Amino acid sequence: MKLYELTIHAAQDLLKRREISAVDLTRSVLERIREMDSRIGAYITVAETSALAQAEAADRAISEGGGGMLTGIPLAVKDLICTRGLRTTCASRILENFVPPYDAGVIERLHAEGAVVVGKANMDEFAMGSSNENSALGVTRNPWDLSRIPGGSSGGSAAAVAADMCLGALGSDTGGSIRQPASHCGVVGLKPTYGRVSRYGLVAFASSLDQIGPLAKDVTDCAAMLSAIAGYDRRDSTAVPKPVPDYGAALRADIKGLRIGLPREYYGASGLSPEVESVIQKAVGVLEEMGARCMEISLPHAPYVVAVYYLIAPSEASSNLARYDGVKYGFRDAGREGLLEMYRSTRSKGFGPEVQRRIILGTYALSAGYYDAYYGKASQVRTLIGQDFREAFESCDVIVSPVAPTPAFRIGENVDDPLTMYLSDIFTLSANLAGIPGLSVPCGFSGGGLPIGLQIMGNHFDEETLLRVGYAFEQATDVHLRKPALDAPDGMDRQGDPE
Amino acid sequence: MEYVTVIGLEVHAQLNTNTKIFCGCSTAFGAPPNTHVCPVCLGMPGVLPVLNRKVVAFAVTMGIATRCTINRESRFARKNYFYPDLPKGYQISQYELPICEHGHVDIDTNGEKKRIGITRIHMEEDAGKLSHLAGRPVSHVDLNRTGVPLIEIVSEPDIRSPEEAGAYLRKLRSILRYLGICDGNMEEGSFRCDANVSIMPAGSDTFGTRAELKNLNSFRNVEKALHYEIIRQREVIEDGGAVVQETRLWNPDRGVTTSMRGKEEAHDYRYFPDPDLLPVVVDDAWIQEIEAGLPELPDQKEQRFVGTLGLSAYDAGVLTADRELADYFEACLESYDRPKPVANWIMGPLLGRLNAEGETIAASPVAPADLAALLKLVDDGTISGKIAKTVFDDMAATGKAPGEIVTEKQLVQLSDTSAIEEIIDEVIASHPDEVAAFRGGRKKLLGFFVGQVMKATQGKANPKMVNEILQQKLQ
Repeated sequence: MKLYELTIHAAQDLLKRREISAVDLTRSVLERIREMDSRIGAYITVAETSALAQAEAADRAISEGGGGMLTGIPLAVKDLICTRGLRTTCASRILENFVPPYDAGVIERLHAEGAVVVGKANMDEFAMGSSNENSALGVTRNPWDLSRIPGGSSGGSAAAVAADMCLGALGSDTGGSIRQPASHCGVVGLKPTYGRVSRYGLVAFASSLDQIGPLAKDVTDCAAMLSAIAGYDRRDSTAVPKPVPDYGAALRADIKGLRIGLPREYYGASGLSPEVESVIQKAVGVLEEMGARCMEISLPHAPYVVAVYYLIAPSEASSNLARYDGVKYGFRDAGREGLLEMYRSTRSKGFGPEVQRRIILGTYALSAGYYDAYYGKASQVRTLIGQDFREAFESCDVIVSPVAPTPAFRIGENVDDPLTMYLSDIFTLSANLAGIPGLSVPCGFSGGGLPIGLQIMGNHFDEETLLRVGYAFEQATDVHLRKPALDAPDGMDRQGDPE
Repeated sequence: MEYVTVIGLEVHAQLNTNTKIFCGCSTAFGAPPNTHVCPVCLGMPGVLPVLNRKVVAFAVTMGIATRCTINRESRFARKNYFYPDLPKGYQISQYELPICEHGHVDIDTNGEKKRIGITRIHMEEDAGKLSHLAGRPVSHVDLNRTGVPLIEIVSEPDIRSPEEAGAYLRKLRSILRYLGICDGNMEEGSFRCDANVSIMPAGSDTFGTRAELKNLNSFRNVEKALHYEIIRQREVIEDGGAVVQETRLWNPDRGVTTSMRGKEEAHDYRYFPDPDLLPVVVDDAWIQEIEAGLPELPDQKEQRFVGTLGLSAYDAGVLTADRELADYFEACLESYDRPKPVANWIMGPLLGRLNAEGETIAASPVAPADLAALLKLVDDGTISGKIAKTVFDDMAATGKAPGEIVTEKQLVQLSDTSAIEEIIDEVIASHPDEVAAFRGGRKKLLGFFVGQVMKATQGKANPKMVNEILQQKLQ
């Protein structure tokens, strides 16, 4: 077994026993990136020098008997989480050369726990998209089939984990951006409760929905990463000052008596592929065999979720992205006559088409005369969507659903059809609107060998139950152990067929 | 035709907290450009605002002082517009749910009290400052001021004349300074005012179309700009035209207002609740704590000066308009118990001198205790009122105590009967013609004799005694 193939917990055992060094592990991962990433495109920036320095520091800490929760573990970080001295682009031309003078709250925590940041992961520009096709800085390919999208917007993070180019990764999830790529790439991804993880230093897309979370090779690693990054940060007023449990301790393969809610509105929903539905049903069957009880529940406002999300998120984005105006930092289209023309030209050239589309949508939804009908109404319905979940969790412990209605589609397939793209977010948007946590665990494969994820949603701050259910499922199956055949000699030919 | 003027004012008051509203940067004025900045107030990617609780306390303080309802829950909202002095592309302000609403202040107009309603008071952050280089297509941006806390105080359209507008502004400024939450300096921009003004035919109850006036950077300019604008609007109407809704800029050099932007060009600020900040919650206990710590406000002080100290309403009004002036007055009374002479001396010689030098009471060269000591010397007959004026001038010039000056210059009043009689005898002896005329009926000559006696004593003779003795001797 190569070192880069290790899970976090397996690597920790070896590091602790001094059988490997953090520098060996980091070198192995960097080597893997060099070999593989020209085919995948998971990274925007690889931070070789600083990663090795951090690994050396980790080795010193270990030899002194110290170290934190993630000492010496090489991780990827989505490129909209600010890293001091390390370029943070948001996969956008407008921030292509932006180097933050500060670390995000989660980066400070990773460093405090001894983690090694190997690089910054590719993504949809400003996290807007579900396919990574909106990156201005290169395509990311799905390690299971290089002709397909990895999902998005944390597609680079998911692909890097799936292709063993890191041991775990941080992503961000505004409407499914951790869970959907995790599902498409066959890895575990968790969107924590809103307020569980500090947003300080996370470049905002939609502030009331954004949340940072882990992508990992299995649930145990996911729990370890969450333990490291969760917790209060006074620099984020929306962070909740609530003690952080030991998520690792929650992992018992015991779900006897667990009440699983299956929303009637989700199953048989238009667009849900029969293939995905049957894989999900089999997975639910596995949970039932372990003693969980299934029940049909109702989320009456589910049909409005896409409309509500695509008003609120672009509205907030239109304001959040106003700061990229070419005045203070980032790209400026110089040489333009006058201030307005400088703004117009800088933003037209600096932002890609999807970002511009959402800025325009949001600007419209907030305009005088339209506010009440769009943003205002959407905010009211959002409250009702939250109420649906509150009521549902009175009768069940978790809600189980597909993550995405189909497996990963082909690169370019939906580029000209934003509406279809938006509709594919139908199962993941609710958790963000309601602020609840959602976990995606690999639960099976399509006929074509593409991974399919199972979404487990829980009540506010009940990440422990989600992780326990995911862990139990992992113990009962071997889905999470399968790897993409990237190293097979004929791998490119069999799966690649790029168009 | 007779017209009625309708004015509403929007006042921005900079709060004198040590740090900015959403970050820990200093608010100090006058630092080199872009030195009081951090990633938060620079609007860098990914940073978040954290509310300075002191700003909330100050806003509530002003709300209580102006009899507002304090909203137990208020919200910050984003006001979106592009400008280089606004690094985030939006200003964090309050919109639908401000912290204070429905208050009022009372002003004096022509000796009558008038109540001006306050629609709302809300908290917001200040923008940066642009400077444009003359002759070059270059502008510089200084973001030191970005994020300095402001409250915006919006009045009801209750103001009916430029003079009332001036009185209202002075009252607000006075209250803010009493509360110690804003230094109220219009020229430096810590107290700013925009005015909405319209006119309507007398007897009408429908307001006319209003213009919003900007760049009113002194009390005088507010009144001048309003006067100008009222006449302009009347002329437009009398020429058969219609006033259009627009924003107009006051040009203090030319003394005119000019159109800045029309209604069509008005910004759509796309306000929405700021998702980065939680609702601002103010509980009863906090309000009570703030209320308990309020100082005596100008209206209360004025009432006390009239009711308890027996000052005239006018004197009380002048002395309480400025907290430091009122404090000075009260400090004098700590060692001297007659309010009226103190008021006269402050409002006369002291303020006369300060006004001539363009100074305020803070720069008074005479300490309150020394002024009190001077008045005691007059009361106990040590010096005359007339001599006191020259002693006061000496005190102001040298900073010396009055007793010291009186001793040094031997200004002690001459009240020895035999000494005065001696001098009067000499004066009578050397002016036989005038004595004859006086005795012949020209009683007005008494003043001449008093003058001669005072001259002979360098003004030190007790004037009352001089009068009495002269009257006897000239019989």
